Amino acid sequence: MSILVVADHDNKALNPATLKTLTAAQAMGDDIHVLVAGENCADVANEVAKAAGVSKVLLADNAAYGHQLAENLSALVVSLGKSYSHIVASATTTGKNFMPRVAVLLDVAQVSDIIAVESADTFKRPIYAGNAIATVKCDEAIKVITVRSTAFDAVAAEGGSATVESIDDVFASDKVTFVGEQVAASERPDLSAARVVISGGRGMQNGENFALLEKVADKLGAAIGASRAAVDAGFVPNDMQVGQTGKIVAPELYIAVGISGAIQHLAGMKDSKVIVAINKDEEAPIFSVADYGLVADLFEALPELEKALS
Amino acid sequence: MKILVAVKRVIDYNVKVRVKADQSDVDLSNVKMALNPFCEIAVEEAVRLKEQGTAEEVVVVSIGPKSCQEQIRTALALGADRGIHVETDEMPDSLAVAKILNKLVAEEAPQLVILGKQSIDSDNNQTGQMLAALSDMPQGTFASEVKVDGDKVEVTREVDGGLQTLALSLPAIVTTDLRLNTPRYASLPNIMKAKRKPLDVKTPADLGVETGSKISVLKVESPAERSAGIKVADVAELVEKLKNEAKVL
Ligand SMILES: Cc1cc2nc3c(=O)[nH]c(=O)nc-3n(C[C@H](O)[C@H](O)[C@H](O)COP(=O)(O)OP(=O)(O)OC[C@H]3O[C@@H](n4cnc5c(N)ncnc54)[C@H](O)[C@@H]3O)c2cc1C
Ligand SMILES: Nc1ncnc2c1ncn2[C@@H]1O[C@H](COP(=O)(O)O)[C@@H](O)[C@H]1O
Repeated sequence: MSILVVADHDNKALNPATLKTLTAAQAMGDDIHVLVAGENCADVANEVAKAAGVSKVLLADNAAYGHQLAENLSALVVSLGKSYSHIVASATTTGKNFMPRVAVLLDVAQVSDIIAVESADTFKRPIYAGNAIATVKCDEAIKVITVRSTAFDAVAAEGGSATVESIDDVFASDKVTFVGEQVAASERPDLSAARVVISGGRGMQNGENFALLEKVADKLGAAIGASRAAVDAGFVPNDMQVGQTGKIVAPELYIAVGISGAIQHLAGMKDSKVIVAINKDEEAPIFSVADYGLVADLFEALPELEKALS
Repeated sequence: MKILVAVKRVIDYNVKVRVKADQSDVDLSNVKMALNPFCEIAVEEAVRLKEQGTAEEVVVVSIGPKSCQEQIRTALALGADRGIHVETDEMPDSLAVAKILNKLVAEEAPQLVILGKQSIDSDNNQTGQMLAALSDMPQGTFASEVKVDGDKVEVTREVDGGLQTLALSLPAIVTTDLRLNTPRYASLPNIMKAKRKPLDVKTPADLGVETGSKISVLKVESPAERSAGIKVADVAELVEKLKNEAKVL
């Protein structure tokens, strides 16, 4: 049987998380179809058709899917999904939003946020903020799975030549309407996919001081993240939160500045390759996961770091 | 209107769990248990809607062992009016919880159901969405703002790219994110009062729901520990190490 992967995208480009989710899907079986549902999103379908290992792309292009509303997207996926062995999506906020609906409408339980595929029905997933890793076996006829993309490498974006087939079915709930959105516009690399991430915590004291991090980030081509405390205090917007209940990142280099290292924060970044912590408290728990710890006042260390990288 | 709030008993968020030596599960003996933080936010939101005069009644429900009644009492002390405990020996999976909640939604006919976005033990992030699909109510997940306006509720959602606002027709399902509100502390008089608030006990069988799960846990392990690294003396040494030792610059 085949596997259906639901693409994550913004109608213009594929979210790189989907290429990683495809790697996870390939470990479950080999005939992989990808659904691209959106509005004016043919470019995304053509992009994903080139990804390695994809045999067919289903393109549902309609205003009903433009904002990835869970009600509409899940109805579409369920209508297409009954003949698949697995239905798989990235554990982005979109995937988290519609996939449990797909599961329940098929009357199956869902396995969330997997980090490894042991076999077609057995997966590993973190629980308790990553303080334990569970191996779970799913005996449902259709396995509905979301994937923590940072745990998988991406498939090659080029080289495949899948066919693109149009799906004309429209599911449009009249109980929900899109009102608006505030999309953070940034020239910086995407937090979830960046090679280097530098994050600030409560120690930054205010939003203006994040300029100190930005200057270092400019030198490193880094994305900027934050702890929950920094977001709650209004220093920076919510989409910058790294952690158990924010974004999960696993860059080559993660620099935590003025962050104490609560378990909920560690859950979002401790799989980074190299971790640097800058904190004035030498007892801060962040140092227990840091490869390189610098006990220093960040207001001195950050300008020095910027200069040293010039 | 009536608001139904689903609350889960979980390990206190400050506790770092340990895996049992036989790798069967995490060790929950003698650990502090609490209301799931997202559920606390859900209760707070419901109580605020009542205080503003938007809601008349706040009903809290928890599913699981008898000990869940402690968390129902906590929610009652925070201002909820009455509790429902659906008693089972084991904590059921999200699918079963959603089915049970769906039966209660049919019985209670709330205009708004508020859940947490995620349990901090299973980290599932499923139940609210499942309940929305089962009950055919629209969903506003990961909410950072909830505004009830006539027969609609406007929900601002925390999404990967920023914020998204949806208008849902009532009845509707909302799941809470961290920024929705800051929960109050229960006062001693309110804790005393909560003891006398009504609490109904039912079983999944009373509601006609099977709680068995098709997902079985084969093993629970500790994650790979990171070995603590070194302290560097200054920024110069840090940059040197990142260049020559870690080779990430
Ligand atoms: C349900 C739930 C979910 C959560 N989810 C998340 C999550 O996803 N992500 C997350 O991050 N948190 C999360 N938290 C919150 C978490 O528990 C911590 O409260 C939070 O991570 C603390 O942020 P912080 O380290 O910035 O602040 P603090 O703990 O206050 O630490 C600030 C640090 O800055 C240092 N500092 C201060 N001034 C300076 C200076 N001048 N120079 C150098 N260092 C300085 C201090 O020594 C201190 O270590 C969650 C909590 C709950 C209950
Ligand atoms: N056993 C339970 N009893 C009551 N509510 C629950 C239970 N399990 C989950 N929920 C609700 O569903 C939310 C999300 O849980 P989950 O899908 O398990 O991450 C929680 O924050 C609760 O509001």
